[in-house]
Amino acid sequence: MNRHLISAADLTRDDAVLFLDTAEEMARVADRPIKKLPTLRGRTVVNLFFEDSTRTRISFEAAAKRLSADVINFSAKGSSVSKGESLKDTALTLEAMGADAVVIRHHDSGAPHRLATSGWIGGSVVNAGDGTHEHPTQALLDAFTMRRHLAGAADGGPTHHRGPGDGTGRDLAGRRITIVGDILHSRVARSNVHLLTTLGAHVTLVAPPTLVPIGVGQWPCEVSYDLDAVLPKSDAVMMLRVQRERMNAAFFPTEREYARRYGLHGERMAKMPDHAIVMHPGPMNRGMEITAEVADSVRCTAVEQVANGVSIRMAVLYLLLGGAAFGSTPAPAPSTTARTEENT
Amino acid sequence: MTMSKILIRGARPLGGEPRDVLIDAGTIAAVGPALEAADAQIVEADGQILLPGLVDLHTHLREPGREDSETVLTGTKAAAVGGFTAVHAMANTFPVADTAGVVEQVWRLGKESGYCDVQPVGAVTVGLAGKQLAELGAMHDSAAGVRVFSDDGKCVDDAVIMRRALEYVKAFDGVVAQHAQEPRLTEGAQMNEGAVSAELGLGGWPAVAEESIIARDVLLAAHVGSRVHICHLSTAGSVEIVRWAKSKGWHVTAEVTPHHLLLTDELVRSYNPVYKVNPPLRTEADVLALREALADGTIDCVATDHAPHPHEDKDCEWGAAAMGMVGLETALSVVQHTMVDTGLLDWPGVADRMSARPAAIGRLRGHGRPIAVGEPANLTLLDSAYRGAVDPAGFASRSRNTPYEGRELPGRVTHTFLRGRATVMDGKLT
Repeated sequence: MNRHLISAADLTRDDAVLFLDTAEEMARVADRPIKKLPTLRGRTVVNLFFEDSTRTRISFEAAAKRLSADVINFSAKGSSVSKGESLKDTALTLEAMGADAVVIRHHDSGAPHRLATSGWIGGSVVNAGDGTHEHPTQALLDAFTMRRHLAGAADGGPTHHRGPGDGTGRDLAGRRITIVGDILHSRVARSNVHLLTTLGAHVTLVAPPTLVPIGVGQWPCEVSYDLDAVLPKSDAVMMLRVQRERMNAAFFPTEREYARRYGLHGERMAKMPDHAIVMHPGPMNRGMEITAEVADSVRCTAVEQVANGVSIRMAVLYLLLGGAAFGSTPAPAPSTTARTEENT
Repeated sequence: MTMSKILIRGARPLGGEPRDVLIDAGTIAAVGPALEAADAQIVEADGQILLPGLVDLHTHLREPGREDSETVLTGTKAAAVGGFTAVHAMANTFPVADTAGVVEQVWRLGKESGYCDVQPVGAVTVGLAGKQLAELGAMHDSAAGVRVFSDDGKCVDDAVIMRRALEYVKAFDGVVAQHAQEPRLTEGAQMNEGAVSAELGLGGWPAVAEESIIARDVLLAAHVGSRVHICHLSTAGSVEIVRWAKSKGWHVTAEVTPHHLLLTDELVRSYNPVYKVNPPLRTEADVLALREALADGTIDCVATDHAPHPHEDKDCEWGAAAMGMVGLETALSVVQHTMVDTGLLDWPGVADRMSARPAAIGRLRGHGRPIAVGEPANLTLLDSAYRGAVDPAGFASRSRNTPYEGRELPGRVTHTFLRGRATVMDGKLT
C-alpha cells in the first residue's frame, strides 16, 4: 500500500476496513452543526477532471473542504487541455503549484496509474474513475453502505431497514452481493469485485453475455445471465446504469427488452430476502435498469450512497495526506477530543 | 571506406567451422580456412557468427512526412547497426506511397543514404483508404521496382478490393502483404482481448479479428491463384490457419515480429505505452506457438515492424499513445534470445528466416544469398557471446520507443557489409 489510491485491488482487508472505520468517524462529523475538521489546513487538493462528472467532483470537493484543505477544481473542458496540452504538462503545472493531492477523473483507463508512476508529480494521486478500469472510492462507499446495512446491527447482522447501523471493525464476510448491468464498460463493477472479495463477500455479476468482458473467468466472482435465479440469494443487489446508446452497438436489442430481462422492478424485488438492499451508484435511468417503485422504496440506498461518498472521500484524503502509512501501521482515527477542541 | 578488399578472419559462416572470407569489389572472392591477401583490410572475427546481410520485409522509415520520428537516413543507419542490408519501407507515409512519384522519392533517398538498400513498398489502395486500387503497375514499372504492396497500418478489409489486388499484381509477380485486422471487431481496441484487458478496462483487440481476415485471404489467394503475405502474425490461431493453407500448397507466406516472439500482454499492466503496439502483445501461449511456427517454417520470416515514434507520443497516458515499437537495432538479439538460445533454431535457420526467405518473398535480387564465392558481399558479423542491457540512448534511430530498455539481451552486430563496403565496423557506423 502506498500514498496513492489507484485500484481497489491494491487494498488489503485491513486497509479496506481502516478506510471504512475512518469513514464512520468522518460521518459523525457530518452530523454536527459545524461539519468541518482542521486536519488538512494548508494542504492543496486538486480535482483534475478530464470527464464531466459533477457528482463525483462535488463529492470530493465537499470532502476536501470539510477537512479544511484548499481545493482547486481543474476541468479539462475549456482549459489548455482542450487546446492540446498533454497530461504530462498539466501534471507538471499542478506540481509547480504545490498540489498535495490530485484527484483525477479521466476517460482513459490507466491515466491515474500513469500519473502516479511517471514521476511527473510528487503528491498523492486518487483515482476518481478512469475509463472502464476502476473507481475505487465508489467501491469503498458502496462497501461502507453495505456494511452499515448488512453488518450494522448490534449482533453484526443486517439492520432490516431500520436505518443504517455502525459496523466498525467488521468486514463483509459471507455476504452475497449481486451486481447487475453493463459490467463490460463499468469501472464501478471492476472496483467492487476487487474490494468486496477482499472484504470476504461473494460477488455475482449478472448481465447479458454481450456486456460481460471476455476474460471474466479469471475474476474472483460468479457470472449469471439469469437475474431471477440470483435475486433470492442476494443480500445486496447493485443496479448499474446502462447507457441507452449501447443498443446502437448491438449489445442488446431494445431498451424494453433490456428492462424486461435485466431491470429491477417491484415484482422482482419481492424475490429478494427481506433484509436485502438495492443499491445504485447513480445517475439512475428510471424505467431502464430500475423502476421508480424500486428506486423510491425503503430498500434503495441510492441517496444514502451519495452522503456516504463524502465520508469515504474524507477518509481517503485524510489517510493519504495525513501522513499515515496505513497498511503497515494503522493511522489513528481523529480523536473526538481533538475535534471538539478545534471546533469550538 | 574506399578500400575494396576486406579479409574477414576466423568467422564462422552460419555458425559452422571458422573460415576466412575475402571480399573484393563488392563480392565474395574467396572462402577458405587460411586465406592471405596482402592488400586487404583485415577484420578479425575471432569466431563470430557470419550471416548473410539481414533483410526486413516490414520497416517504417517515416519519410516523407514524419521526419520528427525517423528519416530514410536515420532509419537505414539503424538498420545497418542491426545487421540489415535491405529493408522494405512501408507505404503509410505522408503523403502515402501510393504513386510512382512517392516510391521513387523513397527509393532515391535510400540510394543517397548508402547504409542499406531501401526497397519501397507501395500502397494497395489510394491513400490507404481501402476503396480504390492505387496505380500498382506504375509503382512496379518505376525506378523503385515495387513488388510488395501493403496498406499496412490499415487492413484491406473489402473482400472485393483484396481479391482484385491479389489478381492484379500477378501480372508483375507482385505480392500483397496484408495487415490482418477486421476493422469493426477492433473499434477502440487498445490491447489483446483477454484476461488482462478485462481487468485493466482497456478496449480489446480479439485474436479473431486477425484470424478471420487471414482465413478469408488465404482462401481468396487460393481461389485466384495468387500469392499473399501475412504481416506481423500474432496469434496461435493464425499459425493454425497458415499451416493449413500451406498444407494445401497455396502460396501463403507470413512474418512474425521480434516483439511477438518475446513479450506478452502481461506487460500492459504497467500502462506504460512503450508496450502499445498493433497487433497487440498477446499471451504466453501465443508467443510459444509463434516460436514453434517460426522454427518449423510455418512462419517464413522475422520482420521488425520497426515503428519509430517521437517521445511525446509515448510519454503520455495509454489511450493517447501511438502504437508501435522500434525494432531494427534489437531484432537479431531478440531472435537469438528467443529462438537460438532456446534451441529452436540454428544459425542456418536464422539466416533463412531473416535473410533468404524475406528476400525471396520480396523478390529482392542480391540479398539473402549464400555465403559463397561470386555472391554479393552483403554480410553481417554477430558476436553471439555478447550480453548487455539495451540502452536506447545509443540508438542510431531517431526514436527511442523500445520495449527492451534496460533488458539484458544476447548478441551484438559488430560488422555489416553492404556489397563489400562496411556500413558498421567494430559496432560503429562508418
